[in-house]
Amino acid sequence: MNKRFTTRRAVIQGLASSAAITLAGCSTSEPPTYGNVLRMGDWLTYNAHRLLLPRQSLAREYDVRDISAAPAIGTTDPSDSSQTGFVQEFAEDYSRFLHDGFDDWRLTVEGSVATPSSFSLEDLKRMRSRTQITRHTCEEGWSAIMQWTGVPLRAVLEAAGIKEDARFVQFHCYDAFVDGIDMLDALHPQTILAYGMNGRELPIAHGAPLRVRVETQLGYKSMKFLRGLVVTSEFDDNGPYGMIQNGYSWYAGI
Amino acid sequence: MGVIEPVMPPTPQRHALWVRICHWLLALSIFTLAYSGFYVLMAHPRLYWGEVGNDLTPALIELPLNDNHRPEAWQQTVTFEALANKPISASRTMEIFNENGWARSLHFLAGWFFVAAGALYFALGVITKHVSRDLWPRRPHAVPASAYSPLQRYAYTGVAFIVLPFMVLAGLAMSPQVVAAFPALLSVFGGHQTARTLHFFGFVVLLLFVVGHVAMTVRSGFGRHMRAMIVGR
Repeated sequence: MNKRFTTRRAVIQGLASSAAITLAGCSTSEPPTYGNVLRMGDWLTYNAHRLLLPRQSLAREYDVRDISAAPAIGTTDPSDSSQTGFVQEFAEDYSRFLHDGFDDWRLTVEGSVATPSSFSLEDLKRMRSRTQITRHTCEEGWSAIMQWTGVPLRAVLEAAGIKEDARFVQFHCYDAFVDGIDMLDALHPQTILAYGMNGRELPIAHGAPLRVRVETQLGYKSMKFLRGLVVTSEFDDNGPYGMIQNGYSWYAGI
Repeated sequence: MGVIEPVMPPTPQRHALWVRICHWLLALSIFTLAYSGFYVLMAHPRLYWGEVGNDLTPALIELPLNDNHRPEAWQQTVTFEALANKPISASRTMEIFNENGWARSLHFLAGWFFVAAGALYFALGVITKHVSRDLWPRRPHAVPASAYSPLQRYAYTGVAFIVLPFMVLAGLAMSPQVVAAFPALLSVFGGHQTARTLHFFGFVVLLLFVVGHVAMTVRSGFGRHMRAMIVGR
């Protein structure tokens, strides 16, 4: 990366963190809470969308003929130590899954649920399924249309029993990223945990064995390589593993 | 009376306080939008037409800003043979230049400022008749010589009431949440990537306007115009 750009970013981050001191009084438990002047716009966007837009409108769905070439970016194999977010413990687990065809893989569901549970891939495939052909809108600027098959997140959460105080769902992944969405998006009919892509098993580069699809937000919220879900009653920026620490907006419905 | 009024050169427009405040708020937000928008563009300096476009599809325009688009950065991993058009997927194997974390957030922060200042300008412009009296194009003989010329009126109203609102709509047409709520917006633009390409063309038009606007100001007395737009006289 060009050094000049890195310096500029450092300056902006410096400005932002000095602004954080003045904004500290505005901090609440509502997202985004990260006390950064740049986040005021994200905060306005999130609240304006939630206040003004009809709730849970469906993203456009396309015809099978519209399915396009699809780049896979970010982590494309969590067992590859050269990739960002590599964690030895997760990589060892993931290598074992690759070897055994994900037979031992389980999705844990914890937090504000009546029964903390875990599901095998077969368990999830036995639940109701939804297939949708949607546009993946990458934050970089490109887009692709793909077909996804999976279980609605709502069905999985309901199987574990959603508690009254549930407000966010956090996705913990084998590439070490953690990110979350609010319950409105979590219970959206098109928010699915996908195990199939374009009529086949989900390829490794696209997040095998299971990824989330959040069709009303930018692509980075559709986390790959799922390990577990945590339902929370409070907002969590997920520390160094959250996208916010990389400078990205928590809300990406833009 | 015997006193003859001296003939004065045309004086610049006397700008009301609200015009001056709105002008500088809008100038600052448009500059910030252009700056941050250019950073966002640099992450993927390829433009397309329709709904879809990415490194694995041909581009309408490739801007030579950096080497983010490199065929050698992509390893082909899979072809979906069962589908009629056999779409491919490939994995990226190299890092790209991407400053979108702060750039997009700055873009939207500036966008909110722009919308607020633009709404204030529009409301006061209509209430005070500034728009209809000073800006709206009309026959040259119908206005005093010191007022804006027809060309200026076309440029100002074209930018204020066509190009800038178009930029907001093209931007909104790229929002996954907004087009889920208003799918017609996406249809009007003819797809996500078309909206993105038109948003870039709008940026080019605005850039040309700003260059012309500043050049005209310099040519006809920079100090005088700056004073008029800052202190009002």
